[in-house]
This record gives sequence, structure tokens and C-alpha cells, in this order.
Amino acid sequence: MGLRGEAAILGFYELPPERKLAREKTFNLEQWARLSKAALDDAGLDATDINGIVTPLIGEASMFVPSTITEYLGIDANFAEIVDLGGAGSAAAVWRAAAAVELGLCDAVLVTFPGTHEVPTDERRPFVMEDSMYFGASSNKYGSPQAEFEIPYANLGQNGPYGQIAKRYGYEFGYDELAMAKIAVDQRTNACATPGAVFHGKPITAQDVLASPMVADPLHLLEIVMPCQGGAAVVIGNKDLAAKSKNRPVWIKGFGERVPYKTPTYARDLMYSPMVHAADQAFSMAGITRDEVDMVSIYDCYSITVLMSLEDAGFAEKGKGMQFVNEHDLTFRGDFPMNTAGGQLSFGQAGIAGGMHHVIDGVRQIMGRAGEAQVADCNRAFVTGNGGIMSEQTALIFEGE
Amino acid sequence: MSTTYTPPAFTAPLPVPTPLTRPFWDALAEHKVRIQYSPSLGEYIFYPRPLAPRTLADDLQWREISGAGTLYTYTITTRPVAPHFAAAGPMVLAVVQWDEGPKFSTELVNVAHEDVRIGMRVKPVYCDYPEAGITMLRYEPEA
Repeated sequence: MGLRGEAAILGFYELPPERKLAREKTFNLEQWARLSKAALDDAGLDATDINGIVTPLIGEASMFVPSTITEYLGIDANFAEIVDLGGAGSAAAVWRAAAAVELGLCDAVLVTFPGTHEVPTDERRPFVMEDSMYFGASSNKYGSPQAEFEIPYANLGQNGPYGQIAKRYGYEFGYDELAMAKIAVDQRTNACATPGAVFHGKPITAQDVLASPMVADPLHLLEIVMPCQGGAAVVIGNKDLAAKSKNRPVWIKGFGERVPYKTPTYARDLMYSPMVHAADQAFSMAGITRDEVDMVSIYDCYSITVLMSLEDAGFAEKGKGMQFVNEHDLTFRGDFPMNTAGGQLSFGQAGIAGGMHHVIDGVRQIMGRAGEAQVADCNRAFVTGNGGIMSEQTALIFEGE
Repeated sequence: MSTTYTPPAFTAPLPVPTPLTRPFWDALAEHKVRIQYSPSLGEYIFYPRPLAPRTLADDLQWREISGAGTLYTYTITTRPVAPHFAAAGPMVLAVVQWDEGPKFSTELVNVAHEDVRIGMRVKPVYCDYPEAGITMLRYEPEA
């Protein structure tokens, strides 16, 4: 079952995230075009090689999004897909693109995630703060379960529910806040070796993490992503285009995905995330073991997401994740390189493009283009995506040959 | 041309029952808890649905439950989750597991933050909002 590993990421582009937008404001559609062009240039491929796209939701359209994009770029797409899986969307888009290539639908597919939500405004088209922005992706529309059973109790957004997950984890398995802080500290070390990271040049200690303000008990500010402006794209192509590309091809060997609920209140067992299934499927499809992975890039909106993903993906025993973190050096030069460009915690979370950071982290390492943060002899990467409140999760396995 | 801007009034949003969920809210108005039960599944379910989740069995019945339960998890919102809740100050966002099984998103009230413990027994606090025609179900420690 699954991919044969005959589609590869051939080029990428990732904007350096900005906490406050210094670049010119452009619409998501304009970003889509420019990010795509940059990824094609990186691959050394032509725009005319492209006959598929995968996109997240964009600001300028609420429906007919894929055809709006293919028209804007002038692509006769055989496969035009929108993914609505939040932070899992990027990883989800990558395997969908790979599947379209392996099915022979497409020679090459653009996976482009505009991540600059500050767009031009006009006095006739002012910025309007909508409910969805206040309520953090919980729907307040009539008939929505979130509107009726979650939002009125302030069970919305991300900080609260992730705090609830961390609290329950501590109740079931114990809690070592120094281990949680170490996740952020090791990733900061990686960001300090990655020019362009928002926190490049700003190392931190565990004490800094624990002294940062408590946002949603037990999660501190420095355990939570910094929203940024950015964007990213990758080009995924077939074997023929891989031979033409100027980069080492990064073959997509396995994937898994599970989407069981929206609100964690309704998880059957909150302590076992959808990653259990996603990772098992990905490893089984790729036919490799956890030990054969050279680096991991784990979606890190919060420290607790990293911790539970390490357990649920099978790298650490359930309930022993904090011990695992303490016993391993998670930096690029360590024995378990993770989020080697800083992760979103220290590189910055460019909105919906945040998940692309992990895809590109794995790609950059396998292509051997991670500079100072390069992991020696890196041939296999495990990458995760996480949407909502650990409620939509995707795993990918990349391999260089 | 000038534009005017009216700052939004941030009041905490209240639920609006739907035709399907009405029996749950009608029970709360009487200070009772009534949720659905699927005989074929052998489980209570929450929130209300037309068919049982997983099996899609068409056998859901409304049954009254005691409303008592245990605290499954919580967090304290040191920062408001949205401006609508800023006036409330730090809240104890809770998930309560009813004795009958399902879990319920709620707020824990009438408790000092340092006394909150996962696993503690909790009981309903019915909060009436007559002007909105709605009763909210919050929780407090038992005894």
C-alpha cells in the first residue's frame, strides 16, 4: 500500500520570517506566484513543467480557490487541490502532490503556502477583524458545535486547549518543566546556526524559558510559537524532472495521516495523538525503522506538541518523552537532530506556512544545504504536520539517494 | 471619503440552541442534564447529533443524567483567550468527564486556583441568562 517513492522534492523556497512585516505588502495570490517562481528557480525547472498545484486557503477567495490560482499563474492543471488541515496542511499537501505524480496525473506539482497575512488594504476595502480571528479557528457560525459547546466556555484558540493537554499529560505521566524548556533551548541553538531565523543570534537558557510569562498553565511564553509573516513553496516532480533538477532529489517514501476530531475534549484518549497511526503508516510504507532516520522535524507550535509527537511517532516510549529529551542532544550536532533550523518556536511561524518549515527543514538537510546547521551524512528525514489542537496530523518520510 | 470605525463590543458569546440540540438546553433551563444515549452502541454521547458517532446508528434517545463527574483536565488562562473574555479575568478552562462517560467543555468556578486537581469530583452550577433565554452549565468542586 502506498507510494513507491518515485516522486521527489526538487526545489524549495522559504522566506525568512518577519515578526513585523518589513517587506512590501502583497496579496496571497501574488505571494503564490512569487514563492512558486522562486522554488522553480531553485529546482532549475521551468514553469511550463508544472501541471498540478496544491494550496491552502488563501485570503482572496473562500471558494474556487484552486482554479483562481491556476488561472492567476496560467497553469493547465490536471490536479488542483486545496487542503484545509491547518498546520498539517503542508505535509498533507506534499503527499497529495507525490500521489498525483506517481499516478501519472502530473509531471510536477507546486505546493505553495503564502504565509504573509498582512495584505494591502484600501479605504474602500478596509481590514475587517472577523470572528474567526478572535476565536482562533473555532467556528462561531450557527449550527457549529464549537459555537454552541466550546466558544461560550472560552474553549477556543490554541493556548487553552494545549494547556489542557499538557496538564493531563502531567497528571498521567508526571511533568518535568526543565525537559520541556530544553526542547525550546535546543531548538534555539539550531536557530542560532540558521541565518534568517527570527531568533538567530539570541540563545536562551532553560531558566529563560521558565522565567517567561505563564500563558496557559503549564505552558510559558517561550514554549509557544511566535506568529510571523513569511511563506514557502516546494516543487515536487517525477523521475525525469528529478534527472533535470540541479538539486539532490528528496524522494517522498512514506506518509500517514489521521483526522479524528476538531476539539480535543472529544478525543477518545487525549494522551495518544493521531500521530500514532500517521507515523506507523509512514514507516510501514517507507519500509524503514525509526533508527534509520538521520533527523526529524517535528511540528512544534508548543513544546507539548513536540513531546507527545516524539512519543506517539515511536521515538520515545509513552510517558518517557521527558526522559528522552533529557537524555538526548536535540541540536543539529547532537545524537537526535530535531528541528535543525530552529523549528517554528525559534525560526518563526509564518501562519499557515508554518508546516512548510518542517518540510523544508528535512529537504534542506537531505539536499546538504543546511550550512552551519548541516547534519553530517543526512539521508533520511521524518517530518510531521499538526493541525488544530493535535487533532489533524500527518507524517512524511524523505530519503535522498 | 472618510471611514468610521465602531469598536466591537466584546461580550462573552452565548450559545444559540438548534432544533436538534434543543432538548439539552431545555433540560439545563430546568437545572437538569439530559444527553443522548445509543442502545446499540451501549454508550452515552455528547454533543447532540442526529445519528450515533462511529456506528451512525439511528437509535439515539434522550436520557437524564446526574450531571456529576470528575475533572479530566484544565488550564488557567493567565491571558484572555479572546477580548470577549478579558473582563472575566483568569478562567479555569475545564474538561469534565461525566460519570456516564462523555466529556464536556466547561468552566470551573467557586474554587481557588491552587485547589484545582485533576480527578477531583465536581458538580453542576446552573447559570441562568434569562435575557438570552439560555442556561450555561459550569462546574464547582463537590462538597
